[in-house]
Amino acid sequence: MMNAALQATIEFLKLYWAPLLCGVAVVAILPLIVGYIVLVERKIMADMQARLGPMRVGPHGLLQPIADAVKLLIKEDIVPENADKLVFWLAPVLSVGAGLLSLAGLAIGPAFQIAQDINIGILFVVGISALGIFGIVLGGWASNSHYSLMGALRSSAQLVSYETAAGMALVSALLFTGTLNIKSIVEAQSREGIWFVLLAPVAFFTYLVASIAETNRAPFDLPEAESELVAGYMTEFSGFRWSLYFLAEYTNMIVVASVATTLFLGGWLRPFAGLPRLNFLDFVPPLLLIAVGVYCAVRVSKQPTRVQQMFMLAVAGLCFVVALVLAAPVVLPIIKPTLRAAIAPFYAGIHGGFWFIFKVSLYIYFFMWLRFTIPRYRFDQLMRLGWHFLIPLSIINVLLVGVALIAGSYFHLRGWGLLLVTTPAAVIALLAALLILGAEKERNARQNQTAASDFYAG
Amino acid sequence: MGADELVINMGPQHPSTHGVLRVKLKLDGERVIGSECIIGYLHRGVEKIAENRTYQQFAPYVDRMDYVAAVSSGLGYCEAVEKLLIVEAPPRARVIRTILTELQRIASHLLWLGTHALDIGALTPLFYCFREREEILKIFEKYCGARLTTHAFRIGGLQYEAYDTFEKDVERFCKDFESRIVEYETLLTQNRIWIGRTKGVGILTAADAIAFGVTGPVLRASGVKWDIRKAMPYAAYDQYKFEIPVGTTGDTYDRYLVRMEEMRQSRLICLQAIENIPSGPILAKVGKVLKPPPGEVYHAIEAPKGEIGYYIVSDGTVQPYRVHIRPPSFINLQAFDRMVRGHLVADVVAIIGTIDIVLGEVDR
Repeated sequence: MMNAALQATIEFLKLYWAPLLCGVAVVAILPLIVGYIVLVERKIMADMQARLGPMRVGPHGLLQPIADAVKLLIKEDIVPENADKLVFWLAPVLSVGAGLLSLAGLAIGPAFQIAQDINIGILFVVGISALGIFGIVLGGWASNSHYSLMGALRSSAQLVSYETAAGMALVSALLFTGTLNIKSIVEAQSREGIWFVLLAPVAFFTYLVASIAETNRAPFDLPEAESELVAGYMTEFSGFRWSLYFLAEYTNMIVVASVATTLFLGGWLRPFAGLPRLNFLDFVPPLLLIAVGVYCAVRVSKQPTRVQQMFMLAVAGLCFVVALVLAAPVVLPIIKPTLRAAIAPFYAGIHGGFWFIFKVSLYIYFFMWLRFTIPRYRFDQLMRLGWHFLIPLSIINVLLVGVALIAGSYFHLRGWGLLLVTTPAAVIALLAALLILGAEKERNARQNQTAASDFYAG
Repeated sequence: MGADELVINMGPQHPSTHGVLRVKLKLDGERVIGSECIIGYLHRGVEKIAENRTYQQFAPYVDRMDYVAAVSSGLGYCEAVEKLLIVEAPPRARVIRTILTELQRIASHLLWLGTHALDIGALTPLFYCFREREEILKIFEKYCGARLTTHAFRIGGLQYEAYDTFEKDVERFCKDFESRIVEYETLLTQNRIWIGRTKGVGILTAADAIAFGVTGPVLRASGVKWDIRKAMPYAAYDQYKFEIPVGTTGDTYDRYLVRMEEMRQSRLICLQAIENIPSGPILAKVGKVLKPPPGEVYHAIEAPKGEIGYYIVSDGTVQPYRVHIRPPSFINLQAFDRMVRGHLVADVVAIIGTIDIVLGEVDR
């Protein structure tokens, strides 16, 4: 009996050692990555607001995330007196668990995917990441506070409203591939030689807006709007539990950015991957990192203390090492053409990873940019935007993309040629959007009239 | 209380009640069906303190009421006592007073704009506003050594002569400020979300505004053209040309537009004033010991937040018999309940922000 169990375990490990290892690595490294995303966000915010941002801990605040993590870990753990203790404990774990689990389905380059080749890949990722909302609702309910409960309710209402639009946007893109498998989706874009963002721009836009709302980011950050609800569902959470929610939020950002990248932005494909004439673009990643490294090296002498100088030097060194790794698969085949075949998988893995992360970063940068530029929606406005605008628009778009595809297959169009049919579809979708907006405006005006007349009634 | 009514306390430590205002909100879902402002957390008995201080000793206390517009409070008090003493500040002092108060108006409106935008969720304008406000505070610091609670004026005129580069500093600020104000407007004025959050929110009709005794930008946004600088000119305002912006609907967006335009007008007043600062003494002949004749006086000026008035009763001794202060924040706050009813919780913070209160002044 014992033997059989042991045997089974060994069999399991033999089969799945690689994904298990990757999973452990992701869980171990992700908090660090999220910490640095937060640092980058603070730096970008500071730049937009004419100030410096964190500068104290390490050169240019580079050690700030670590200091913050230590602070959060050793903070007192407070559980409100009337809280439901078990649920209070479980909720953040649930939230962060869902976020991490959905990362498993994503492919960061052709070589790195934990849950390899699930045939329902995209469905798995979207479904699991939506489960994270349970953590938020339960957390808000368990803390037994009005603000928390309202934050949680807002959050769930928001997710329900925008998940539909996001799902419909995904369907529009999936119509081009006919598969849910993540690798096949990227390969389809490689085969067509065109990214789906060009074929289905309206769907991309819809997904962009919906994904911001789903991750509770500004301008849709109502569940945690500090000026109204203190901190929303997180109000009663502190220290480590709070940081788990924080981790979940940023993990979700990475997940939605990755989904958008995979479906619309060509996944790990280099821009213009199909055109051999533009192969010099392969030199961009190493050169980019060399530039960052050189900048760091130049700034070394500007650092005030010895330790900071060493640290800056180390960062520069790290950049050069990564640049070397990125340059090797590009440069070696030029020196020794016989190696080309042997190096090809390395090239695909390393450069694919770079481009994927690059696109995800751009997507997240866009999130941050919006957050610092525009004010926050009001709850009813947010709901109206979701139900009255995005959902009808995305449904219309699915229909139009479907029609365009049928027309495309009738005329035997492929790749860039598909633009001939998808562009009119997108234009019609935009016209529909204008129509919806016009109707909305009219309805608003009518409502305002009635509202104004009984404004003093109560 | 009905089954679906929810009472929540906003404040006194809520991040967007601008200090220690406590608002008891009665909610139906997220809709406000009633509100009650609970104030007094910052009560210091300023009016009572006045009865135990000489006229000069009390002057710094008024700076601590509206601490983001201390110069304006100080001007009101000094002019009230001057009226009581029947002296008049010399022309040079009056012009410098005007420049400083108008700078203070810009600084106060900048603080309002930054925090108001922050409450509505726009993070960035706050930092831009503080960048310009810093320039103004630097001018104050160079002039009298203090940045916030300045006590810049003295009864009868000025305490200090303007420093050497005063005109140049003010002029440079005014020059820079023209483009800076455009910067804030690009972020907000035409922004769909900003308009959505402020238009039609917290409407106060002209009749209501007058009935509540509301003053300042809040009153003007409702369409009432009332500004003490024009109606009963004090300091040197009768010498300068400026417009009084008025709104039409009296909603939060109108109040925003009115204050933005007021900043522009204040800038123009400053530019006109520094062109020609008369020379001469800065202090009228007042004694070391002030003993106003028995009697009473009410004097009001247009502070950034509205009419700040001082009612002083003298019994002929060195101390006032009674001082009553009419603070604009306190009286404007009375309209709060009328403005929030029927709106959502999210609008409550927008409305608190748009009234532009300072709790030091509300509670005194």
